[in-house]
Amino acid sequence: MSPLISMRSATRMLQGWPPPLLDPAGPYAGSTTLLAWVLFGMGALVLLLVLAALWVALFGRAEQRAKLGGPTLIWIGGVAFPVVVLSLLLVYGLSLTRSLSGPIRGDEMRVRVTGEMWWWRVAYLDGDRQPFLHDANELHIPAGRPVVLELESADVIHSFWVPRLSGKLDMIPGRRNLMRIQADAPGVYGGQCAEYCGGPHALMGFTVIAHAPAEFARLMQSRLRASDASAPATPEAALGARLFQSTGCAACHRIAGTPANGLAGPDLTHVGSRRTLGAGILPNNRGTMMGWIGNSQAIKPGNRMPPYTVLSGEELGALAAYLEERK
Amino acid sequence: MPPVHALLPLLLLATACKPPPEQRPVMPAADAARGKQAIERVGCGSCHAIEGIAWPKGAIGPPLDGLAGRAAIAGRVPNRPDLLAAFIRNAPAVAPGTTMPAMPLNEQESRDVAAYLYEIGD
Repeated sequence: MSPLISMRSATRMLQGWPPPLLDPAGPYAGSTTLLAWVLFGMGALVLLLVLAALWVALFGRAEQRAKLGGPTLIWIGGVAFPVVVLSLLLVYGLSLTRSLSGPIRGDEMRVRVTGEMWWWRVAYLDGDRQPFLHDANELHIPAGRPVVLELESADVIHSFWVPRLSGKLDMIPGRRNLMRIQADAPGVYGGQCAEYCGGPHALMGFTVIAHAPAEFARLMQSRLRASDASAPATPEAALGARLFQSTGCAACHRIAGTPANGLAGPDLTHVGSRRTLGAGILPNNRGTMMGWIGNSQAIKPGNRMPPYTVLSGEELGALAAYLEERK
Repeated sequence: MPPVHALLPLLLLATACKPPPEQRPVMPAADAARGKQAIERVGCGSCHAIEGIAWPKGAIGPPLDGLAGRAAIAGRVPNRPDLLAAFIRNAPAVAPGTTMPAMPLNEQESRDVAAYLYEIGD
């Protein structure tokens, strides 16, 4: 299986194919997209000019060819034109991209997104910029207002990219890069790690879900309540809760309000309400959850979760039942 | 020697042979192409390797090629189109105790998926 095929299938499954490029859903993606079109347009214009000159050089009349070889045209077409056009494009491009990271007022909602091999750690920050809610691989934002992301990395360089909401920005170990995103309307926006980060890089997806502001406020409230951890609702889920502690899941995964406090893997406090599993690559249902727990290495080779082939079918089902209740 | 032993090689031979195309189960009123889309949408590949689905090729469930030639679903349910569709949609109701969970598919989608599975694996 080539990485390209796997990325293509994963992307097609969840976001449609081709990926939603050049289809901005907010102001920051809008300016990036405009810049891309201007660059495409200028590139096409220059290509046409060069092809026209080539045509004259090959098939033109002798006096036209003579003009083409003269020093005047070389000064104009070879020096003045590129210097002027590229300088203007540079100024234009820099001023557009500057708007992606600033100005930041300071009162925007802030979320810290940390790139990990090969998933995303998400922490919603309060007014003092302290984490108050933890999640992974999925980000909920209010529509129609800018959200500031603190982009960090726990290991190697990753790049945060949600094409319909903003440009790309690298996540660099030891640095905190700030980026603004905004979705003008409620919706689901897919993302993808855009800097090769080893192994299953192609299977490191991300989902942003924009809500109407009132709905967003309700969601945050219900998540804070869920963080007190509800008891398993069924006997099957209760078995899953015991297995979560006894088989080692809790060593790497945290579920707020329970003894499970592992920080090496994604936080599972709200895993039941996530749209995807495996970092943006699988739909989230009982079957995919069981398949992922049982042998995630067959799905995302090289990821850091070991296969749990020791679990019986009943045990896998119980764990999935427990986890799908974690809203 | 009891006669059943004498028949054993013959039985093995019988199960090894695929039925000719006209004897294969056919899923009426179903669309295999839509079934393939449903397979991708709900992620059957998380557990099963399925011909035509490039990724994922999950390993905890059996590969699903050659289903048309199998005698039974999940080793015990007769391989009939209606039962396969029902099993795909709500496996524990058809074969209690199976590892396969109910999947988020409606009746038509489960028939489409069954149609796709009967088509592959020649």
